[in-house]
Amino acid sequence: MMSQVLGWIDARFPLTKVWKEHLAEYYAPKNFNFWYYFGSLALLVLVLQLVTGIFLTMNYKPDARFAFASVEYIMRDVDFGWLIRYMHSTGASMFFMVVYLHMMRGILYGSYRQPRELLWILGMFIYLCLMAEAFFGYLLPWGQMSYWGAQVIVSLVDAISPELALWIRGDYVIADATLNRFFAFHVIAIPLILVVLVFLHIVALHQVGSNNPDGIEIKAKKDPVTHIPLDGIPFHPYYTVKDIVGVVGFLMVYFGIIFYAPEGGGFFLEENNFIPADPLKTPPHIAPVWYFTPFYAILRAIPQKQMGIAAMGLAVLVFFLLPWLDRGIVKSIRYRGALYRWALGAFVVAFLVLGYMGTLEPTVWYVNPVARVCTAVYFAFFLLMPIFTRLDRTRAVPDRVTT
Amino acid sequence: MTISSILLRWTVAFFLALSLGTSCAVAEDEVKLDRAPVDSSNLPSLQRGAQHFMNYCMTCHSAHLARFDLLEQLGLSDKQVKQNLILTDAKLADYMTVVLNNKDAKNWFGVPPPDLSVEARVRGADWLYTYLRSFYRDDQRPNGWNNLIFPNVAMPDVLWQLQGQQILQSQGGAGHLVLIQRGKMSAQEYDQFVGDLVNFLVFLSEPSRATRLHIGVWVLGFLVVLFFIARALKHEFWKDIH
Repeated sequence: MMSQVLGWIDARFPLTKVWKEHLAEYYAPKNFNFWYYFGSLALLVLVLQLVTGIFLTMNYKPDARFAFASVEYIMRDVDFGWLIRYMHSTGASMFFMVVYLHMMRGILYGSYRQPRELLWILGMFIYLCLMAEAFFGYLLPWGQMSYWGAQVIVSLVDAISPELALWIRGDYVIADATLNRFFAFHVIAIPLILVVLVFLHIVALHQVGSNNPDGIEIKAKKDPVTHIPLDGIPFHPYYTVKDIVGVVGFLMVYFGIIFYAPEGGGFFLEENNFIPADPLKTPPHIAPVWYFTPFYAILRAIPQKQMGIAAMGLAVLVFFLLPWLDRGIVKSIRYRGALYRWALGAFVVAFLVLGYMGTLEPTVWYVNPVARVCTAVYFAFFLLMPIFTRLDRTRAVPDRVTT
Repeated sequence: MTISSILLRWTVAFFLALSLGTSCAVAEDEVKLDRAPVDSSNLPSLQRGAQHFMNYCMTCHSAHLARFDLLEQLGLSDKQVKQNLILTDAKLADYMTVVLNNKDAKNWFGVPPPDLSVEARVRGADWLYTYLRSFYRDDQRPNGWNNLIFPNVAMPDVLWQLQGQQILQSQGGAGHLVLIQRGKMSAQEYDQFVGDLVNFLVFLSEPSRATRLHIGVWVLGFLVVLFFIARALKHEFWKDIH
């Protein structure tokens, strides 16, 4: 009976073929380590955000008069509304955490290198979408930080073209019209693009196959009879059962935050955002949510506003060029030399310090000088990459993956 | 291998430091705050706090995002809430609004009293606890009162009959408060009064707090068990991979 049904479907839709190509006979390197959990976790968080988002939309009101109260209505009067809301707000931060770690993995093991350039570029587009999604979504609770955060970001557009800023806001200040359109972007426009991009990202991944911590192409060494990569194992069941471990580990952290620190110490839900938006009262300290602070620190570090905006934009976009900036002979950090390790170490430190500086008020004396040094390190990492990756004394890469 | 695990550890440590270091960063440049005795499972304290809130706060401050029937979560019946805690003709399902309108409030105080629905999430429990115990006599102010941690606050000390009157004494730059006239309560009784009130304000700001702290244990417990099962499953499947 089952096989008959399957046969009926397979004659009309490539169900078994897809199952085999993408799961049961998709061969992934057997030496994935901890860093390789974050791809599947990003997919999990996407689903969590979509599902919780749908339920929030059922009670949220995208109207400047009711938005703030409707969020509190969800927190108080909707059954388990508080849980759904915390899952969504914590999910946003976790999404960035997981994606930053996922990107770091790509950098550590050279996953963006030939033949995976397109895979990397698609991933970067996902990251851009994610930033847009987070930005639009953050306005919706209509608290003081929602309002003034959006005001600051749109004022950046204003510095380039006031007409464009007016067109984006639909009003001379952030207002009801802005809230309505940001809602439209947040719940339908961007998620649609995001889902399509994630699909394409996975299609591209399965075309070229996964990289691994050794940065070796497992397809280069195949079994002469079966043509299966010698170091490859079927994704299902091996990586499905392994990823379940990662998922449960992730859920412990995720629900730990939701139940015991839903404000994330003021980083996931900011104190000021519990004050309803007031266009006449500028809060003394406006800081973006933590996942934008490295770029915000770069913006503030540069004294001239237009240049600051350009630097902030470049700081994000420069990641697109990574596949062509890296001229190293080897892909993985395991076989790179000291030069590359120090350069990457400096970059990571600069990125984290920038993130911290972005949370502080710019009036603190050391914030801008430190941010300037880190900005220089940040860009130097990319600009000098063609040189130091070529000069780097790399080690010999083994034929087969190591465990 | 080692480099990558070091980087991972740094990253994790960074995010942890970020999330833990915040509360200190916010209050750094202000007066040291006293710790509020917040306990969402202490129903008697929350009930007393609700009573104090209705008697002293809700004459001016609304909590218009909360309904009166919320108070039933504190282990009270319909009747108890109606008879003891609703001081107007409001119904149980009504929002906690006040009759004081913004225009009058502006005339009388300079600013309308803020709505207290989520005030504890804006200010933090410790701030509220310290604030309500830091009023002092100040003849420079129109209403005769000032506050150590909220200088030139518009609100007069509505609890002075309970606490008594304090004055500010400067000692080497740092000001500290001295009681010059006793109130109806001893210092200890007053601290408990404010503690109960702040406990209630925390509840009011996030009524699901007690539930989340309670079911969180079960969810995390379940996940820990599931984690070991998932790991055992993984090891079983991976036995033959070398």
